[in-house]
Amino acid sequence: MREGLKQIYKGIVTDNPVLVLMLGMCPTLAVTKSAVDGVGMGLSTMVVLILSNMMISALRKVIPDGVRMPAYIVIVASFVTVVEFVLKAYVYSLYESLGVYIPLIVVNCIILGRAEAYASKNNVFLSMCDGIGMGLGFTVALGLLGLFRELLGAGTMFGINILRENASFEPISILVQAPGAFLVVACLAAIQNKLGLKGATNKRGKTKAGCNHDCLHCGGCMTLVGTENEKEGEKA
Amino acid sequence: MRTFFDSAVESRYKTEEELRAITVNYCIALIPVIAAGCYAFGFNAFKVLLASVVSCVASEYIYQKLMKLPVTSLDGTALMTGLLLGLCLPSEVPLYIPILGGMFATIVVVQLFGGYGFHVMNPALVSRCFLLISFSEAMTEYKIDGLTTATPLTIMRNGGTPDLQQLIVFNEQAGCIGEASVLALIVGALFLLIFRKISVITPTVYLFVFTIVICLFGGQDISLNDVLTHIFGGGVIFVAFFFATDRVTSPVGRWGKVIYGVLLGLITAIYRILGTNTESVSYAVIFCNLLVPLIDKYFAPRGVVEKEA
Repeated sequence: MREGLKQIYKGIVTDNPVLVLMLGMCPTLAVTKSAVDGVGMGLSTMVVLILSNMMISALRKVIPDGVRMPAYIVIVASFVTVVEFVLKAYVYSLYESLGVYIPLIVVNCIILGRAEAYASKNNVFLSMCDGIGMGLGFTVALGLLGLFRELLGAGTMFGINILRENASFEPISILVQAPGAFLVVACLAAIQNKLGLKGATNKRGKTKAGCNHDCLHCGGCMTLVGTENEKEGEKA
Repeated sequence: MRTFFDSAVESRYKTEEELRAITVNYCIALIPVIAAGCYAFGFNAFKVLLASVVSCVASEYIYQKLMKLPVTSLDGTALMTGLLLGLCLPSEVPLYIPILGGMFATIVVVQLFGGYGFHVMNPALVSRCFLLISFSEAMTEYKIDGLTTATPLTIMRNGGTPDLQQLIVFNEQAGCIGEASVLALIVGALFLLIFRKISVITPTVYLFVFTIVICLFGGQDISLNDVLTHIFGGGVIFVAFFFATDRVTSPVGRWGKVIYGVLLGLITAIYRILGTNTESVSYAVIFCNLLVPLIDKYFAPRGVVEKEA
């Protein structure tokens, strides 16, 4: 139990996938136009992450090592399909605004990264906790980014007028468009670096995170590529 | 990535004195343009220019103080950026627009890339695009004497015929501050050309290619009047002589300049013919700015860009 709680804390704070590990940047940059979209994306990913982590962990001794990637993809894709249908049935507006990024959860680095780095080595309960932690961390980060961009870019918070009431405020609409995501994430990384916090872009911090340009010993997606190529090389 | 851009940008200015001399010349060349703009659009134009210059110089000073860098904000480059930015804004914008634009131009576009001389895109134009996307309403509303007026290009797109003579000599029609008079722009450009501060290749090739593409694809029954409006309206002349010739963001060699001019003319014309926004020449320039390192890689004269090896 203790171990499980530790894993959840790690996912939200010390190893936050977006803010610290800089994983899953594609949905982070693409769907944080508004707080609702960000939280919706985060929660959908969390559901998929928890279920796929549990499934992969349960099957970790069954799946042969050589075909584990296709197996993971099949598992993740089935859960994504379920989530997609649920969203389409119950929250159609969110489904519309997330668009192609829902099917793209299949290839989200966080999910495959956690499957490879954690779920395939730990038991079902711990993998579930890891899924909850990472998922919540992703949701919090996306929600906060969405909130900030929506507030300055459109003057609203979760769709409620906040700054628009004030006539002198003109929304900076570049922030709700694609370039705004890059600007906000870059500012965030800059603040992290300045404060010497743990982060994938921070070379000066005491504790390092992310890939550290050490692809061979990294738990993220780069390891998958490396080992996969080696395996193919052996066959050839 | 970094070495790729650095090697291409480095050594545009051989010495600091050269940089200063060119900056001073640019500012002098802009005097007739500023005068015409202020005369045409009144006190508002002056306020916009002042706000953008002060914002550029001040934000560079503050940034350099905060980052403990040598303070160079008074060497004229920030002044030049501010002037150029102010000149490509409409005169009636609320003052927070030039202030925000100046901050964006100096801090994000210039300082974050390593200071003046190391930036990849023209700061004034990137900032204009930033403002155009952010505050599209205020940025595309051109007013004269308090009345919203269509720009010559919009008039033409809607089927009217803009007054060409007015456009060249003295623009009573709508536009950015720097577009007030083509004559003033040409006077400024001649000053730079006579003192050999800018290359004649890029503007010539640019205007030539632009004219040809507009003549060929500008529409079935395009008249001479329309072609001339395309050339003299929408800031093409301004861009050709003051932005396309910017030493830092254009290729170094003769052939590089030719290719840059061709690309610029082609893309400006494509934006003009197919784009939804008629005043979109700034997008063409920043797009071509990004291709400059690539052009330099193959067409720079030997010995200029050799840092990579």
